[in-house]
Amino acid sequence: MGHKNDWQPTAPLTTLRLRAALLARVRGFFAQRDFLEVETPILAHAGAADAQLAQFMIEDPIHGQMYLQTSPEYAMKRLLIAGSGSIFQVAKAFRQGEVGSRHNPEFTIIEWYALGYDDKRLREEVCALIAELLPHLKNTPRTLSFSAAFKDTIGVDPLEDPIDALRKNAYTLVPSAKHLTLDTRDEILDLLMSQAVAPRFPDHHLTVVTDYPASQAALARVRADGLADRFEVYCGALELANGFYEAANSRQYADRFEEEARRRRERGLCAIPADERLLAALTDRPLPDCAGVAVGFDRLIMLAVGAAHINETLAFAIDRA
Amino acid sequence: MTTYSTNEFKNGLKIMLDADPCAIIENEFVKPGKGQAFNRVKIRNLKTGRMVERTFKSGDTVPGADVVDAEMQYLYNDGEFWYFMSPETFEQLAADKTAVGDAAKWMKEQAVCLVTLWNGVPLSVEPPNHVILKVTDTDPGVRGDTSGGGGKPATLETGAVVRVPLFINIGDSLKVNTQTGEYIARAKE
Repeated sequence: MGHKNDWQPTAPLTTLRLRAALLARVRGFFAQRDFLEVETPILAHAGAADAQLAQFMIEDPIHGQMYLQTSPEYAMKRLLIAGSGSIFQVAKAFRQGEVGSRHNPEFTIIEWYALGYDDKRLREEVCALIAELLPHLKNTPRTLSFSAAFKDTIGVDPLEDPIDALRKNAYTLVPSAKHLTLDTRDEILDLLMSQAVAPRFPDHHLTVVTDYPASQAALARVRADGLADRFEVYCGALELANGFYEAANSRQYADRFEEEARRRRERGLCAIPADERLLAALTDRPLPDCAGVAVGFDRLIMLAVGAAHINETLAFAIDRA
Repeated sequence: MTTYSTNEFKNGLKIMLDADPCAIIENEFVKPGKGQAFNRVKIRNLKTGRMVERTFKSGDTVPGADVVDAEMQYLYNDGEFWYFMSPETFEQLAADKTAVGDAAKWMKEQAVCLVTLWNGVPLSVEPPNHVILKVTDTDPGVRGDTSGGGGKPATLETGAVVRVPLFINIGDSLKVNTQTGEYIARAKE
């Protein structure tokens, strides 16, 4: 195939210059706050447990099956357990099949872990970083619980409504999904969140969603009231960040890995070995009390330049990579 | 039968949906943070031409549709079917009215058309982008008027009616754009 017309960058050079400037500001932001910048391997022996994530696998003649990271979380947590203190990283992450106007299979994450923080303090820090990078977002962020986000936008109670009522609402609110089998409550909530709730968030305004149901805790702490200390930051419908007051209990990690492995088996997906080194670290010593978050850097650039497609923020999007 | 996972969705991919062959026009990946991801897909039904929007759970699979595009030569029509021949295998196929659709009014014998086949059966026919057709009926030409302003309708040998400049006469050969249905120029033949 000829490449006469597709060797050019997908982002305008002006955007790449802005990207470089904002990256420098990110580093400045963390330097001011005494975070240590780290670099962890993007190619590793263990993949991510999540059944939702399709991973790029690489066969190495010496090290066998290896995985391109879907996020730097596990390696950074090993550093935290080893005593690194608060750390941040700007890393490439890879997720197969994630292609669209807001997704490129290779993308850039800003991820950080702050010792002694809870989710509330971290939320404020995320908003402070975004405010520094995107000064044109003038409104103060709105913070609302997962439950309130659903009630305010679509009048549905995600925690209390019976599953049949939720499903009926999902089919009405998302007509293109009416042929889908929606078995679990979480599937319905995921569909509603991504295609009915978030699209109703105000444009050019940060919305911070907190207090997720325990079933969507991932690796966040679950409180006595059954809600998880997890948050997401949106600008309009664009998801920018996902953070946790991190679970410290090694049991929660082992349970989650097992749970995801079971989901993989059920769906007939290939097995991904659990990250035994992370589990070993957690058995050795507890994860220090901390909160952690991942922010999509490419999406911040989309907002900074008003791009409609993520390709406009990347030197070479996947089709030209 | 091939199946495709949503991971393999891309523009132009042919899949089966509700027992009809369809083509993916646009694929958008949607994910709510950590949870179940979805693919919101714009799809064209290749039988009806209708566009629909569908949401799939990421990781779901759908059967592929055995749809291929073939360049074939139009031979003749017998009032019910339009017959085409493969220039390589000389195999002949009949396409019905639904498959031929609007292409019928542009096709002259020998024209090389793009025939979309589903399981070997013509699903749709696309005429060449430009065709040269003779005028069989139009008002008498106005000599000397080459301005093209105004214009008048002309019926072509295939039955199509296009707007032409006033100087065009019955018997003239015209080059016509089949996508827009517009007259381009007078052709020598």
